[in-house]
Amino acid sequence: MTDKQMSAREVVGRLRSGMTIGIGGWAARRKPMALVREILRSDLTDLTIVSYGGPDVGLLCAAGKVRKLVFGFVTLDSVPLDPHFRAARQRGEIEVAEYDEGMLQWGLYAAGLRLPFLPTRAGLGSSVWSGNPGLRTVADPYGSGDELIAMPAIPLDAALVHMNRADVHGNAQFLGPDPYFDDLFCLAAEQAFVSCERIVPTAELTAQAHPATLVLKRLVVDGVVEAPGGAHFTSCVPDYDVDTQALHDYAASAASPEAWAEFRREYLSGGAEHARDAEARTA
Amino acid sequence: MTDATRAEVCVIACAEAFRGDGEILASAFGTIPAIGVRLARATFAPDLLLTDGEAQLVRGTWAVGAPADGVVEGWSPFRRIFDLVWHGKRHAMMIPVQIDRYGNTNISALGDHARPKVQLIGVRGAPGNTVTHPVSYWVPKHAPRAFVPRVDLVSGVGHDSAAAAGTGARRYHDLRRVVTNLAVFDFAPEGGAMRLRSVHPGVTVDEVCAATGFPLVIEGEVPETRLPTEEELRLIRDVLDPRGLRDEEVPA
Repeated sequence: MTDKQMSAREVVGRLRSGMTIGIGGWAARRKPMALVREILRSDLTDLTIVSYGGPDVGLLCAAGKVRKLVFGFVTLDSVPLDPHFRAARQRGEIEVAEYDEGMLQWGLYAAGLRLPFLPTRAGLGSSVWSGNPGLRTVADPYGSGDELIAMPAIPLDAALVHMNRADVHGNAQFLGPDPYFDDLFCLAAEQAFVSCERIVPTAELTAQAHPATLVLKRLVVDGVVEAPGGAHFTSCVPDYDVDTQALHDYAASAASPEAWAEFRREYLSGGAEHARDAEARTA
Repeated sequence: MTDATRAEVCVIACAEAFRGDGEILASAFGTIPAIGVRLARATFAPDLLLTDGEAQLVRGTWAVGAPADGVVEGWSPFRRIFDLVWHGKRHAMMIPVQIDRYGNTNISALGDHARPKVQLIGVRGAPGNTVTHPVSYWVPKHAPRAFVPRVDLVSGVGHDSAAAAGTGARRYHDLRRVVTNLAVFDFAPEGGAMRLRSVHPGVTVDEVCAATGFPLVIEGEVPETRLPTEEELRLIRDVLDPRGLRDEEVPA
């Protein structure tokens, strides 16, 4: 069986400028920050990012990596609005496709099922409908008279997700309260990369936990990165909670170009508290 | 009889929005709506399902700002929430940044969508919620900047927008209440415009109109919002919000 272990740098080596990249997690929860950080250090640019957005989005926007964002929201949870994302939007720097959260799920699911679209009511009558000129409706072929939105598939060139545990083959497990949409991101992607807190032998995955926690199957995973602290400063419950101080430092770093440069230096260089052990393991 | 504060009257008004809802998922955003749904479940709406704010459904009566304390009765991660949302067995009370006469709401951005003057959080689940299950709104600061003639962008779908979008949007569209720090509203069955239902004690109809950037439907004498009972006050003060977080959202 294939051993798919690789480093964060090797993952980013498989990405190209201009790609559409889906990022798992939700807001400030279980974001693949070690992989995002590696993108920040790379020369990748012109990316289309698909995300239930948290600091992953703000960081990539502030670093000029994003051409287009496909999203339903961007929030840091305890800090409701991400200042880096806001600044990029208010400067008109990035293109957006804004969808209802459920529409986004539907788009990923459609891509994963190799369908061109899935029908939904969500979006009808809202600015999401009028703001995405490419969206189309479809008439109920069974005669209810309803016109529904045909939510287009959102195929991804790559998916990046972070889980609590994985084996070397790509079976991966969440141990927190919610799987979010990580399996749909992987299913929708040409290549899917999973970072995790710990790589363990396969049998260990279910020694304590129910098999239902194994939301990623190895057949949709191309690479596995062991990255302890790899979601930091977002949460990765039960391994660790959100790092509130780092989150606030991140938010405060939008105050000026100097503050951002300082944060980036500290956050990306390793050694600092922000970058703790994940750096050493993935560099 | 009562020495109820404005915040406590708002709690009652939010709780009342869920009266008669039966066995549905009640989702409340904001401190006062969160106290309100818990009060409703602890008293006149015992069948309501509530989450712990993460992924579990929990049966119990616990304080706002504290971890959920009660019997776990279900698992409800985000994707299952969307199942319930689209299935329709949910009533959400959301907090709009802007709301207009027909109940369109905006939490996405102010100004032009291509280059917003102020980028807010994004539409979140508002487009889907409003066309698939009952929705109410909570506005802690009732003022003309929130009650606007026309929202800049439509996150939550109002009556005119739903009507224009066809039966797909209208079939399950069900805007219930708008509760603010000043008053309670619903929507006139004829035309779907916002209608003043009650003013909180100490608030005049003129004050409400002056704080609202569009004409309201007002029919006859406007009653006062109901006051909490002694038992409700005890629950609010001793059990649901012993730290007084409600006063931070609506100062006395």
